[in-house]
Amino acid sequence: MTEKISFRATTRTFEVGGKPFHALREVDLDIADREFVTVVGPSGCGKSTLMNIAAGLVEPTSGEVLVDSRPVRGPSPERGVIFQQYALFPWLTVRENVEFGLRIAKVGRAQRRARAQHFIDLVGLGDFADALPRMLSGGMRQRCAIARAYAVDPGVLLMDEPFGALDALTRVQMQDQLLDTWGTERRTVMFITHDVDEAVYLANRVVVMAARPGRVQEVIDVDLPYPRTEAVRLSPEFSRIRNRVWRAVYHQTPQEGASR
Amino acid sequence: MAIDVQPSPPRGPETTTATSPPRRAVPLLVWNVLAVVLGVGIWTVLARIGVSGLPGPQEVAVRAGELTMDGTLLDDSLASLRRVLIGFALGSALAIPVGFLMGWYRTARGLIEPYVQFFRTIPPLAVIPLAILLMGIGETPKIFVIFLAAFLSCVVSTFQGVVSVDSTMINAARVLGANDAVVFRRVVVPASTPFILVGMRVGLGAAWATLVAAELIAAQEGLGYRMQQAQIYYDLPSIFVGLITIGVLGLLMDRLLLAAEKRLTGWQERR
Repeated sequence: MTEKISFRATTRTFEVGGKPFHALREVDLDIADREFVTVVGPSGCGKSTLMNIAAGLVEPTSGEVLVDSRPVRGPSPERGVIFQQYALFPWLTVRENVEFGLRIAKVGRAQRRARAQHFIDLVGLGDFADALPRMLSGGMRQRCAIARAYAVDPGVLLMDEPFGALDALTRVQMQDQLLDTWGTERRTVMFITHDVDEAVYLANRVVVMAARPGRVQEVIDVDLPYPRTEAVRLSPEFSRIRNRVWRAVYHQTPQEGASR
Repeated sequence: MAIDVQPSPPRGPETTTATSPPRRAVPLLVWNVLAVVLGVGIWTVLARIGVSGLPGPQEVAVRAGELTMDGTLLDDSLASLRRVLIGFALGSALAIPVGFLMGWYRTARGLIEPYVQFFRTIPPLAVIPLAILLMGIGETPKIFVIFLAAFLSCVVSTFQGVVSVDSTMINAARVLGANDAVVFRRVVVPASTPFILVGMRVGLGAAWATLVAAELIAAQEGLGYRMQQAQIYYDLPSIFVGLITIGVLGLLMDRLLLAAEKRLTGWQERR
């Protein structure tokens, strides 16, 4: 397997009250091409920071991130990002939102239309192509954001708790749909979540992070077949892996003599 | 001009609105009209029972008729409108780019903000003596004062709009390949449009508020000037005509801006 994303001793410190605070300390992590990796961990473990560094929205204090063996320098359409707050442009319709990146890339009108339509249909928003975001439900908004990220054809999709604001039912539907989309349009996915079930259900591998300092605690392989279905979700193998991830997330040994 | 801004009804797709039963509510306009009728009624009663010197609605209407027939009302209105429009247009035209500069570039904010905040504390009327001495008694000082009032209201609002653009939305544009120029044009400008329009409406109000005082400066015509003259001759009906004309014109212009606002910012989620 070839590496798509490589974190090399990636460190990020913030100043809190004049003292350095390690959001991330020397994180090493490789994500293979077309792999679906979820990152799960308690709040403050730096999982969002890790994703933002990969996106080029945050710079590492030291170390680096390589994507396709090239160090990341700022954001690029090669790495699509899906935010928890959807971040759609509310003055644009679903179609115009999806076409946004294509317009910047100066894709011709006809081709832009066709590409946008393809991904709008793929996420099931065909009937809402001309609706404004305010008319859509949370799940539909996030589907629009996913179509928008896909439209510019990124090799990597970075998702920052994309279903975090959705109710439990919608969440499960969105997970299935995301896997469907990923099945047809395979990309390297790094998916941040705080939901253990979600992390296991989606991923080839689950990266469990720990806080203070932010670091990788454990990487757990998920040997479950795709397509994932309800049967998989309810299988004993699933719960075995889920339990393992759960323990890794909730029973972490503190480092650095960190006291609360 | 006290009719409140009505929240626009949500214009959802037919599928969602059609299912909700129509409410049998009295349209707001009916209440508005009722309020006007009541107000005129109370005014009539007050004039009848002889509140000293207060002219009744009929008297004012007759005077309005006279002033319309001899053309003074039209001339005065046009003169005042011209000043308000020029001052307001110049003020907004400068406020929008300056507000953008302040919101977008830290340095620009640092350089400009002290002046904006300082001049905001000075009522535009207080600038009149200075304006007369520096600019004479022609149209320039009047328009300048109105310009200042409109500019200061609008610039702060535009600046606020740019500063409060959601940073996630800017990041979303960046990861789709947008550079600074594209982020500015395609994200910052549309996202701050609602703020700018609110600023323009406030600026328009400020422009009208400054008008009468600006026309104290040796004007030869204008609604404010006419009211000054009427004051000298104890001509209360003319003062009322002037006041009502200013109110109506201001209200009309505000409605125009409101219509523009609805058109340009209909995408907003409103409560």
